[in-house]
Amino acid sequence: MGEAMARNLITRENLITLVLLAALLVGPLVAVALDETFYVTLATRIAILALAATGLNLALGLGGLVSFGHAAFFGIGGYAAGILATHAFNGEPLIFGLSGTKNMLIIWLVGAVSAAVVAAATGLIALRTSGVYFIMITLAFAQMIYYFAISWPAYGGEDGLSIFVRNGFPGVNTLQPLSFFLLCFAVLIVGLVFFAVLKNSRFGAALQAGRQNETRLAAVGIAPFRIRLAAFVISAMMTAIAGALFADLNRFVSPAMLSWHMSGELIVLIILGGTGRLAGPLAGACVYVLFEFLLGGMTEHWQLFLGLVLLGVVLFARGGVIGLLAGRAHHG
Amino acid sequence: MAEPILRLEGLNKSFGALKASDNVSLELYPGEIHALIGPNGAGKSTLINQISGALQPDSGRVYFAGEDVSELGMAARARLGMGRTFQVSSLAGEFSALRNVMLAVQSRQGSSFRFFKPVMSDRSLVDPAMDALARVGLEDRADVPAAELSHGERRQLEIAIALALGAKAFLLDEPMAGMGPEGSKALTRFLDGLRHEAPILLVEHDMDAVFALADRVSVLVYGRIIASGTVEEIRRDSAVREAYLGEGA
Repeated sequence: MGEAMARNLITRENLITLVLLAALLVGPLVAVALDETFYVTLATRIAILALAATGLNLALGLGGLVSFGHAAFFGIGGYAAGILATHAFNGEPLIFGLSGTKNMLIIWLVGAVSAAVVAAATGLIALRTSGVYFIMITLAFAQMIYYFAISWPAYGGEDGLSIFVRNGFPGVNTLQPLSFFLLCFAVLIVGLVFFAVLKNSRFGAALQAGRQNETRLAAVGIAPFRIRLAAFVISAMMTAIAGALFADLNRFVSPAMLSWHMSGELIVLIILGGTGRLAGPLAGACVYVLFEFLLGGMTEHWQLFLGLVLLGVVLFARGGVIGLLAGRAHHG
Repeated sequence: MAEPILRLEGLNKSFGALKASDNVSLELYPGEIHALIGPNGAGKSTLINQISGALQPDSGRVYFAGEDVSELGMAARARLGMGRTFQVSSLAGEFSALRNVMLAVQSRQGSSFRFFKPVMSDRSLVDPAMDALARVGLEDRADVPAAELSHGERRQLEIAIALALGAKAFLLDEPMAGMGPEGSKALTRFLDGLRHEAPILLVEHDMDAVFALADRVSVLVYGRIIASGTVEEIRRDSAVREAYLGEGA
């Protein structure tokens, strides 16, 4: 029993995950030693995008729910950070006499719960459809929220909202780039562990079976709808927390975080890295951000090259980076 | 006679001008194997789909285990104990045979909303699933992904899943299809014993198996049951011979 469990833990995929995480951790430490704090920001960006995409990976990778609207949840998290910080800054009460806050724990909670409510409402409708219709309905809901943010002047409208001083976390000096990175890194690890645990649980079994064969799941007596709705909501919550961190990284939130480009970016990260794989989003985020940095310095059209890589992955390496490195997925 | 476990009352289903089920009524009693035979396109699978809840009939009712289940979906009917297999195997292809059966065990135990405990080290899931696999002779293939099993093995796996579900009735849609003569014989022996656990509605083309197993036979032609009775009665029925067994030819 113990041996079998140990064997299950020491897989090539898990080793690759550890190596990627180690690289992501060492990078900023070296950068700080060399006084190159820009690279810390780059690594923080990778960690946050990986967390957002890991959230989406729950729905898309495990459940086969191709949500083209996860920017909505990313943005909701971002606006939770921005709006609460703004109220904490100007002292005006928010609603029901509640004041704003600079405490990230509360911000994450508010962001995640708001995203959960929106995800439950959209999921109730979108999950009655599948395939292209599901993609279009999630997109439509996200676009509604996007246009709402643009036309809502109270919080900056089109111009977005600045966070003058980065929000705080108890016991962490978030103003220091390295500390903030370590915080994001820790949250990413929590997110990855949560993903791995959920994948191996009864819920994960039902969710993945529903992706492979919906009829089979129903034939054993498990209704796919409720499983998927729960997965969609959980997925949205994780992406929202990443969104709050993203706003704090940039000390700025704007409707761009809610746009369909962002939704597409999250899907691209997952496909690049490996759909449904634990480290897929992390690998994807590494490739994406490094591409953006290395090629973006040379040409504005760096996304053209990213597109070529994506094409290559889709045509020749369906499992993405992780699929290439770790081989096919195993299901116990 | 005891109460039927499954009772169909006047099921009708049309696809455009095609009448796939024409006022079909039928009962399945405890302890019996009720075979449903008929030529290709007679509407056998369509009927199974309406019983299991995969398809809604245009009219008519389905009663199962004393309840009117006509308005229930497929998952709810499965939870009540309808164990069905599919004419074309329908499995979670990436999952191993064992994990496919474990899904049924998990469903039978109640909630799938458990997020933390890993399933593969959960004896309460693995052990009953292994037992079900052993009963159909698939225990050596437990770790093989369902998609990589042979055609016949996939059939056996579907039966193992229905067993693990603790089915009160089995709806088997051509379980012998694609099996070699040896496999068919073994499965015939197995089903012969299974009827005492739960009755079986058996759709099957293999007439040797049907005549060896069935307590009663219903003959479906163009969506209508043209005859229903014991094996002997059906063999003698001239309408059946003409329409289906082709003995006049």
